[in-house]
Amino acid sequence: MLTKPTFSEEVSNLLHASHGEPLDKCIQCGTCSGTCPVAEFMDYTPRRLIGMINANMKEEVMESNTFWYCASCFHCTVRCPSEIDIAGLMYALKRYSIWKHQYPEDAVGPVFSETFVKSILRSGRSYEPVLAPSYIFSYGVREFLNEAHTATNLMLKGRLPVLPARIKRLENFKKVANRIIPMGGA
Amino acid sequence: MTTYSYFPGCSLEKMAISYNQSTKQTTKALGVDLQELEDWNCCGATAYFHVDELLAYAMVGRNLAQAEVAGHDLVAPCSACYKNAYFANAYLKEDQDLANHINYALQQDNLTFSGNIEVKHLMEVFCDDIGYEAIKETISHPLKGLKVASYYGCQIVRPKKDHEDVENPTFFEDLMTAIGAEPVDFAYRLRCCGGSLLITSREAAFELIFELLQNVRQSEADVIATACPLCQTNLECYQRQINQEYGTDFKIPVLYFTQLVGLALGIAPKKLGFGTEFVSADRILTYAKEPA
Repeated sequence: MLTKPTFSEEVSNLLHASHGEPLDKCIQCGTCSGTCPVAEFMDYTPRRLIGMINANMKEEVMESNTFWYCASCFHCTVRCPSEIDIAGLMYALKRYSIWKHQYPEDAVGPVFSETFVKSILRSGRSYEPVLAPSYIFSYGVREFLNEAHTATNLMLKGRLPVLPARIKRLENFKKVANRIIPMGGA
Repeated sequence: MTTYSYFPGCSLEKMAISYNQSTKQTTKALGVDLQELEDWNCCGATAYFHVDELLAYAMVGRNLAQAEVAGHDLVAPCSACYKNAYFANAYLKEDQDLANHINYALQQDNLTFSGNIEVKHLMEVFCDDIGYEAIKETISHPLKGLKVASYYGCQIVRPKKDHEDVENPTFFEDLMTAIGAEPVDFAYRLRCCGGSLLITSREAAFELIFELLQNVRQSEADVIATACPLCQTNLECYQRQINQEYGTDFKIPVLYFTQLVGLALGIAPKKLGFGTEFVSADRILTYAKEPA
């Protein structure tokens, strides 16, 4: 009879394809937390988060902002003495949270990531202006105006595209994506 | 003449147009032939890997398979594109199941990944393929006295590849030395610029940018050299806001390494994309006025 996997087993499964050592190799040395440039902004440091996963504290882990603060700099990954791919773990938790729709309501990260992917699947290339609505409304007035100022400057310097670029074999490209994730149509 | 398939990536189309222009000019001058990949698509940035890993590998796989058709190694100037292409190429080569899955999808565009090319960062083409000696011999306007902060950032050196020295790389400084400039020592040369946190967690990104700029200022560098469009945008285009936020007066130009190499080769600044800066680089141009 199948038993429901524990949270730490679920996370191990997420890391199945990853190239690091399993999380139970963690010796809680804290090299990751000492290396991480944004640890001070996280609810729990990377070291603590790994300890919590190993202790199956699913709710606390999934409600934390820790993995959404990971900027993918991979500094923790290259320094981990147990060779755990910690940045890879943060990616896995991001995927898990998007997949289960479990993320803090005010988190910009998941919405931005999803908008980004959808926009690429439409044209094959990234196009900055369509991404703006996924985050700009979370800003205060001052930040909003600052962002508009930066965008205007980019436009004036010829650094912002007016129209989205499109790849040539866009239909084929969409069919390729559709074989991975059927999205209806195509 | 060495020929490569060139993958400019989305940023170099517009946001980092000066990187694209200076890459084309300098490689041409140094005898490297970059042929743009015929119908390249976005590398997936970091967002794809947040959403679906297989889809990400399929997108990168499509670019790799096209480079295989062209028959040349793939070169990416953007560190994020490079990291995605490099590791996707490595994983697809070693994991036959993954490759079969991706190839099933790629059939829809009449492409197959077979794993017979390599992926390189543009910087490797300069440092390893062309080589410091050849560059030293070719330059006509050594950037004597120009103090450069060679900012590696993250994904050009991380995750670790083979026998790479991830704690103390020197290739960037060596390249700056080869063009006659003076690389400065600064502690944060391998630290993160904030990447896409600029969008998703602005407060954190601003803190990283501020700390980096402050560290560069302490080193007394005249300019930050970078090899990544995201680093360039974060450090340059947001300097005004950093100054507002932290009460500082940073005015540090942030240029692509290819723009500095181009100046040393005596190429006209306009052809290297100068003039698209937010922070004026006029003072830097004066270092290239005197031929050797």
